[in-house]
Amino acid sequence: MMTSLDWALNWARSSSIWPMTFGLACCAIEMMAVGASRFDIDRFGAGAFRATPRQSDLMIVAGTVTYKMASRLKRLYNQMPEPKYVMAMGACTVGGGPYFKHGYHVVKGVDLVVPVDIYIPGCPPRPEALLEGLIRLQDKIRHESRAIDRVADENKALLAAAV
Amino acid sequence: MSPEEICQALKSKFGEAISDTVLESPRPYAVVAADKWVQVATHLRDAPNLGFNFLRCISAIDLLADDKLACVYDLMAISAVSATTVMTVPHVFAVRVVTERKNPSISSVAHIWPAADWHEREAFDMMGIDFPGHPNLVRILCPEDWEGHPLRKDYAFPLEYHGIPGTTEHELMSPRH
Repeated sequence: MMTSLDWALNWARSSSIWPMTFGLACCAIEMMAVGASRFDIDRFGAGAFRATPRQSDLMIVAGTVTYKMASRLKRLYNQMPEPKYVMAMGACTVGGGPYFKHGYHVVKGVDLVVPVDIYIPGCPPRPEALLEGLIRLQDKIRHESRAIDRVADENKALLAAAV
Repeated sequence: MSPEEICQALKSKFGEAISDTVLESPRPYAVVAADKWVQVATHLRDAPNLGFNFLRCISAIDLLADDKLACVYDLMAISAVSATTVMTVPHVFAVRVVTERKNPSISSVAHIWPAADWHEREAFDMMGIDFPGHPNLVRILCPEDWEGHPLRKDYAFPLEYHGIPGTTEHELMSPRH
């Protein structure tokens, strides 16, 4: 049930998603391309990339996540204030990617570390694919309601984990 | 100097420490016994006719069929260039040191070539070869509490690390070579 207050808040939140720079590997280059002039993410209101998690709404995990990096990733996710969203960009974060078979140090999908809202497949995904993921996230935010708990049940254990 | 001459010079000085020489491959090398390796390395660096002052790379090899581990040292001699000398073509050579797989141990040459410092740390991290005499032999790529040595041929993937599951569906436990 969405009230007009919900509608207003969701419109405001979806139109100014501030991402956190979390470029880990090659997908970061495509994320830079999205931030540049040709594919301009700023026209969707999401051009203000923050370097600190304290001021950001969205964590775009762009690149391969290793076990060593996973604890730092969880720590930065915990430092983001609610409401926060995570976008898994690229094959490595979606399910291990090309390192699924032989990668001994690769986390097979970032959703083993943090709860993910949007998955963007590709290796790397085209900048337009990242923008489509952003637009779908905007749709997701627009249908939120203050009355419904945002964290799904299967992700509650993930959030409570130490790492 | 050609590889044959280098092998001859080494054999005449060290005798049985040079157990084998392979000259036909694209990268000719000599096999040196592990207990004499430091003396041979010092001679390779300091002898005026050899003068291998640049260690390009250390590669660790897992010889599972022979139950051994080996390290290959790629050496290069960068000749000094001055106004009066003509720059000669730098000569290259490789040395292989073989050790047992049960307790692998090769004397460290970090005090001879500074490049060996991190290369030996990586060989220890990935293959488990111990280098006595190394100034700081800790893991360089994997985290300090990682178990096992990943690039060995019989390595099994960890089931989980600090609560994060290792594999998801296929129950893939080891890389298939």
